Amino acid sequence: MSGNVPWLPIAASDIAGRVDTLFYFMVVLTGTVAIAIFVVMIVFAVRYRAGSSADRSNPPPRKRWLELGWIFTPLAIFLGIFVWAAMVYAGFYGGAAGATTVFVVGKQWMWKVEHTNGRREINELHVALGEPVRLVLSTEDVIHSFYVPAFRIKQDAVPGRYTSIRFTPTREGEYWLHCAEYCGTDHARMGGKVVVMAPAAFARWLESGNPAQSLAAQGFELFRRKGCSGCHVNSTVHAPDLAGIFGRTIHLSDGRTLLADEAYLRDSILLPKRDVVAGYEPIMPSFQGQLSEGELNALITYLKENK
Amino acid sequence: MSTPIEGPTPFAPQTSPPVPIRAPSPNWSGYLGEGYTLRSWLTTHDHKRIAVLYMVAITVFFFVGGAAATMMRLELATPAGDLVSAETYNKLFTIHGVVMVWFFLIPSIPSVLGNFLVPLMIGAKDMAFPRLNLASWYIYVLGGLFTAWALIEGGVDTGWTFYTPYSTKFSDTNVVLVILGVFIVGFSSILTGLNIIVTTHKLRAPGLTWFRLPLFIWANYATSIILLLATPVLAMTLTLVALERMFGIGVFDPALGGDPLLFQHLFWFYSHPAVYIMILPAMGVASEIIPCFARRTVFGYRFMCYAILGIASIGFLVWGHHMFVSGQSMYAGIVFSMLSFLVAIPSAIKVFNWTATLYKGSILFTAPMLYALGFVGLFTIGGMTGLFLASLALDVTLTDTYFVIAHFHYIMVGGSVMAYLGAIHFWWPKISGRMYPEMLARIAALTIFFGFNMTFFPQYLLGWLGMPRRYHEYPPEFQLLNVFSSTGAAVLAVGYLLPLFYLGWSLFYGRRAPANPWGATGLEWQTDSPPPKHNFEAEPVVTRGPYEYDPVR
Amino acid sequence: MSTIQFDNPLERRAAASLGMWAFLATEVMFFGPLFMGYVHGRIAQHAAFAEGSHHMHIVLGTLNTAILLTSSFTMALAVHASQQGRSSFRTWLGLTALLGLAFLGIKGSEYWMEAGEVSKASGPVLKFYFLYFAMTGLHAVHLSIGVVLVGWLWRGAKLYGRDYYSPIEVAGLYWHFVDIVWVFLYPMFYLIERYAK
Repeated sequence: MSGNVPWLPIAASDIAGRVDTLFYFMVVLTGTVAIAIFVVMIVFAVRYRAGSSADRSNPPPRKRWLELGWIFTPLAIFLGIFVWAAMVYAGFYGGAAGATTVFVVGKQWMWKVEHTNGRREINELHVALGEPVRLVLSTEDVIHSFYVPAFRIKQDAVPGRYTSIRFTPTREGEYWLHCAEYCGTDHARMGGKVVVMAPAAFARWLESGNPAQSLAAQGFELFRRKGCSGCHVNSTVHAPDLAGIFGRTIHLSDGRTLLADEAYLRDSILLPKRDVVAGYEPIMPSFQGQLSEGELNALITYLKENK
Repeated sequence: MSTPIEGPTPFAPQTSPPVPIRAPSPNWSGYLGEGYTLRSWLTTHDHKRIAVLYMVAITVFFFVGGAAATMMRLELATPAGDLVSAETYNKLFTIHGVVMVWFFLIPSIPSVLGNFLVPLMIGAKDMAFPRLNLASWYIYVLGGLFTAWALIEGGVDTGWTFYTPYSTKFSDTNVVLVILGVFIVGFSSILTGLNIIVTTHKLRAPGLTWFRLPLFIWANYATSIILLLATPVLAMTLTLVALERMFGIGVFDPALGGDPLLFQHLFWFYSHPAVYIMILPAMGVASEIIPCFARRTVFGYRFMCYAILGIASIGFLVWGHHMFVSGQSMYAGIVFSMLSFLVAIPSAIKVFNWTATLYKGSILFTAPMLYALGFVGLFTIGGMTGLFLASLALDVTLTDTYFVIAHFHYIMVGGSVMAYLGAIHFWWPKISGRMYPEMLARIAALTIFFGFNMTFFPQYLLGWLGMPRRYHEYPPEFQLLNVFSSTGAAVLAVGYLLPLFYLGWSLFYGRRAPANPWGATGLEWQTDSPPPKHNFEAEPVVTRGPYEYDPVR
Repeated sequence: MSTIQFDNPLERRAAASLGMWAFLATEVMFFGPLFMGYVHGRIAQHAAFAEGSHHMHIVLGTLNTAILLTSSFTMALAVHASQQGRSSFRTWLGLTALLGLAFLGIKGSEYWMEAGEVSKASGPVLKFYFLYFAMTGLHAVHLSIGVVLVGWLWRGAKLYGRDYYSPIEVAGLYWHFVDIVWVFLYPMFYLIERYAK
């Protein structure tokens, strides 16, 4: 793949830079401590080898200050590393605003990618340099894991739910895409490449291939064909109106409140009895098994854009 | 050099006269001479003989697991999947994991050396429940037979982690048979743990208070508690997987509103403490060998005890660090990360204390000592890289890559297996009544140390460069490091075969061992080598702490 | 039986008792994943679980609870009588085993009646039934072992008395544990949300 330096991995996302700083800091820190321990061990081993003339008077059976010292010094350092690493990690998930959503569906043994304009690709992901991307992952069968080493990102796709991860590509080129969670026979072949393009080239790429319909338009069609509109639009059935639902705070019949995000919309379609909206009866049937992952993604994109 | 036994101790006479021959045969004495028929071994209630039975059984499984690893390393010598098919490779790493974890590492030190040494070290005549002890060996063998049956039937390809829904709905291999094998062998571990706990509580010699116990006993005691509390969780979790696979109904299937993450939580609730089942007894071994050959008391004995208890208890609270990218909540990840850093503290204490034990000692570089020092070094590297994986942001990129493989092999192979081999050498005179050939043993120890590092250190680099685990094909730029690793594996294989031969040889031709060839302080050295059937001629009375080696001038 | 490892009968009895307590700790953890599965289902599919509890045979379940609690009482009397060296412990053991059998009989008839309903269930209600059968089934297996154990002690009653009663005491610990598990299972499956709304 393009420009892999033999001993150091390339860094091609905003995340990669921050992760690398922490990683190399850790290498230096733990390397120094490990070498220090080994040097002390070797010095003791040579100096106090049986038969040597070294001074052995009053060997200490314990030294309280020393022991407390090597409990609390590492503790302080560890907590520092913990906080640093946790802050970088939290950054992976925050800042989704303004990011382009791309749906990724894992399936034995391929990655199916759907851009919002309806453009699809398999085992490849094209993204624009410098534009934040939010991947929404799901799977049609077993657990897979979307892993791009050059971006330092990895996220499992888990049956029955959405997971997501965010990054901004910072370097043009082609990078390995792997499945990192064992998923069966051809696990090692489930992957391909991520292509980072200049924004203008990416825009041209996105429009080429001539997608018939945008995801939202496909979703609208499903909304009618699967009968959602029969209850949720101008109906005698007492069902909530779904216009502008995405991003709203939802009050449930048991008193809880939820944010209507992709995961909530997904659960409401597949497990409608789980989180019932206050003021409504749990009459909606489950659509479990009636919608593919791709159809769900389209339907939810429609609900997001239906302001 | 004076040995500590010459002090004013109340033990039975300590000199090493010609070993009394009790058996009709001139060759074997002590418990080994109590009977020569197969039947006398298979119906024995003697903890020492049961330990030997375990040793034989786990050695067989060690080489089965090792053969699978050899095939994997051969396949990985080239980037293309040319030696074995993807299906075969997947079955190889599964069986390597299943066999090495449940049929070798977990029973290794507790069931072999724990069984042999716990009663001897605490001055008891046997374990508290000898028949249960024999039963647990048979249960182990039964579990092993089921696993072997599954192998003959074509193996299993889920990975040793049995992640759902792959294991419940998608794999078409012998998942249920292997689960049955693991389920059964789990009860063998539980019963051994139960026996060690009750024995340690109830059968200590007069005067042997808790803080006079050798650290090996502390370590095995803590391990036994983990065995008792964690293993049943695995047993039931795997049962649920098997039921879901057979009936199509269960708690992990999202179609019924279940959750695959529930499986991962339950699995790692067992499997993370299981890592401590493997490493705590190894720490116990190092804490016996290092003071003995440094001729020093262990530095900071009390802190060593507390560290063992700390690891055993915090170890139950860190399972979620296996799931940082699995879709569990970010906040759960943060809590598990912090707890994982905390559990590293007691391990660090132990490394520092072992190092400090060398200070002002009089160090003999026998083979067991080489293994023990190798253990400390490799465990240190494994532990340090564990800190990388506990760091949330780093774990995201490193998890499920070869970095993780290298990390846990440094702990389990560099740590546990080194310690197990060190222990086998250290107590070989006591177990067999014979001395092993020292020079060969040192060569083997060094071969294993170098072979190990050559095999697994490149894997850290592979992981950081982005090579995922469980791949039988890989991008060509990773070949050089993989060839290094495979070459190291060949060296390692030679290193592991050497002791098999020279220890076998020594059984018949080795020099007869005196009662206390190392001049060590433990109670097990105060009786004959090999010990008589009920261990001691007279019940020992203890008046001092462990490791009271005479100060060297 | 070889008991050379013990210095005296007291030590032997203490070891047996500690061994059983340790074993029961294992047992608690063994039931653990099922309880976790139940908790997860109860939260994620509370509607289905509430529906499931309406299918339970509350009268039989309550009757069984009473029987099992009574059996714990007779078991405690058996242990007490054996400690006192009274031969009445044999009667109490027999009664305990019979009560255990009665429980199993009633449980079996419940299963018989429920078998038809399960075939009609679907979705998350099926999961409720799965947990119900798995957990009460595992409990029934434990109780069967308890009945065999108590029956075995009853047959060999001559061996036990004031000087040697630890097998009865240890069996008692086990019996009470099995009883306590039921004390959790009964409300979990029969009661929670049955009378809500």
